[in-house]
Amino acid sequence: MSYSFLRIAREALRGGTGWSRAWRDPAPKPQYDAIVVGGGGHGLATGYYLAKEHGLTNVAVLERGWIGSGNAGRNTTIIRSNYLLPGNEPFYEHSMKLWEGLEQDLNFNTMVSQRGVLNLFHSDAARDAAARRGNAMRLNGVDAELLDAAQVRAMVPQLEFASTRFPIKGGLLQKRGGTARHDAVVWGYARAADRRGVDIIQNCEVTGIRVEGGRVLGVETTRGFIGSAKVGLACAGHSSVVAAMAGLRLPIESHVLQAFVSEAIKPMIDTVVTFGAGHFYISQSDKGSLVFGGDIDGYNSYAQRGNMPLVEDVAEACVALLPQSSRLRMLRSWGGVMDMSMDGSPIIDRTPIDGLYLNAGWCYGGFWLVFRPHHRPQRGARAECGDAAGPVRQRCRHR
Amino acid sequence: MRIQCPHCGERGSEEFLFRGAADPQRPAADASAEAWSDYVHLRDNPVGPYNELWQHQHGCRRWLVVNRDTTTHEIFSVIDAANRERVA
Repeated sequence: MSYSFLRIAREALRGGTGWSRAWRDPAPKPQYDAIVVGGGGHGLATGYYLAKEHGLTNVAVLERGWIGSGNAGRNTTIIRSNYLLPGNEPFYEHSMKLWEGLEQDLNFNTMVSQRGVLNLFHSDAARDAAARRGNAMRLNGVDAELLDAAQVRAMVPQLEFASTRFPIKGGLLQKRGGTARHDAVVWGYARAADRRGVDIIQNCEVTGIRVEGGRVLGVETTRGFIGSAKVGLACAGHSSVVAAMAGLRLPIESHVLQAFVSEAIKPMIDTVVTFGAGHFYISQSDKGSLVFGGDIDGYNSYAQRGNMPLVEDVAEACVALLPQSSRLRMLRSWGGVMDMSMDGSPIIDRTPIDGLYLNAGWCYGGFWLVFRPHHRPQRGARAECGDAAGPVRQRCRHR
Repeated sequence: MRIQCPHCGERGSEEFLFRGAADPQRPAADASAEAWSDYVHLRDNPVGPYNELWQHQHGCRRWLVVNRDTTTHEIFSVIDAANRERVA
């Protein structure tokens, strides 16, 4: 069923009785051409693009809980492509362009809002760094604008400009950045993949990876063995745990990153502001809540909750940047589990086991990169994103 | 999270600096590049009990080996890193 204004109007007249479920709830088949482990943004996008770009429709996406119940439902919804390095920028910009056409492609309202992402700076040195980053972005054909303090003040007048410790000297703005509705991204990809024949299988936890003679044969799950000669892992947060099922040891530590929302207030911030010096960023949701976050707690954790010292730290940064927020109540806080890779770079690659592919190590930057599998990043991207010769062989070890 | 420092008593985790895995053994200086790369990058990253190094930065400044559950944050043991081999 295609979603459209006419469909909404028709269903309004029929009392909404004609809506059908957005994706099927299939039982797992004994054998697939490809299995993707992990039903988050990356896993579902992989399933979708395998079907759309590569014509591979006998595909299953397996999810331990319900789709989007992990980090895809726990992030702060920001999308951007304001990267410096030549290996990163074209890759993230490719993702940004996917965001720009995503709703039409998926026939689903993912509420992409290009409200801008503004990175503040507070010193001459930081201005130089921001200018360098902006120039690097523009050399890659990406929009970037360097704002002085007056321009920042005109855009976001409610910030604390008079801070003696971190006076706002300006900001680097990417106007095409912004936010997207994280749950809708998950639902949109699931529905679009399902419509192309991909099986979305929820409540199906992978408990083992069957490998024989260096080749993957399939996965053991709580719903039985499912065979496939190609298995892709997209389970950020738990990548080490799942990869260990195949005997792999990864250059990753799992850390908890907290996020927060305030009570809902009238429109106050119409962009995304990052305060790097205070490890803080903030935007406002359509419901009116301020959505903000800071640094990781800083110790290994698989708990989807953090500790109080970091809550205090983030609240302090919030008040330092937006003094009027001191009278707001914090409504909720939560934590997501991040794959923190040792060099800060993600891994998308083959592994030493034939047929087993790995997508991991996104640190706290996975949401804005729902990517297309087998997309070849431009030359120079290899050091970051994977080399055909198999850098995972260098970056992880088979024990 | 509260950590029982063997020298200073129970203190909030914000007094401590987290260093990371305590178990990787530093290779010999002339070990292969591969052995060094493994030591620097690869981690077991387990769900459950984990030996890790914390420094009581705002207290006695001693390095401690903390055995902590990475899911519940429960702490099972804390010893001074200097005593580690005698205990183990």
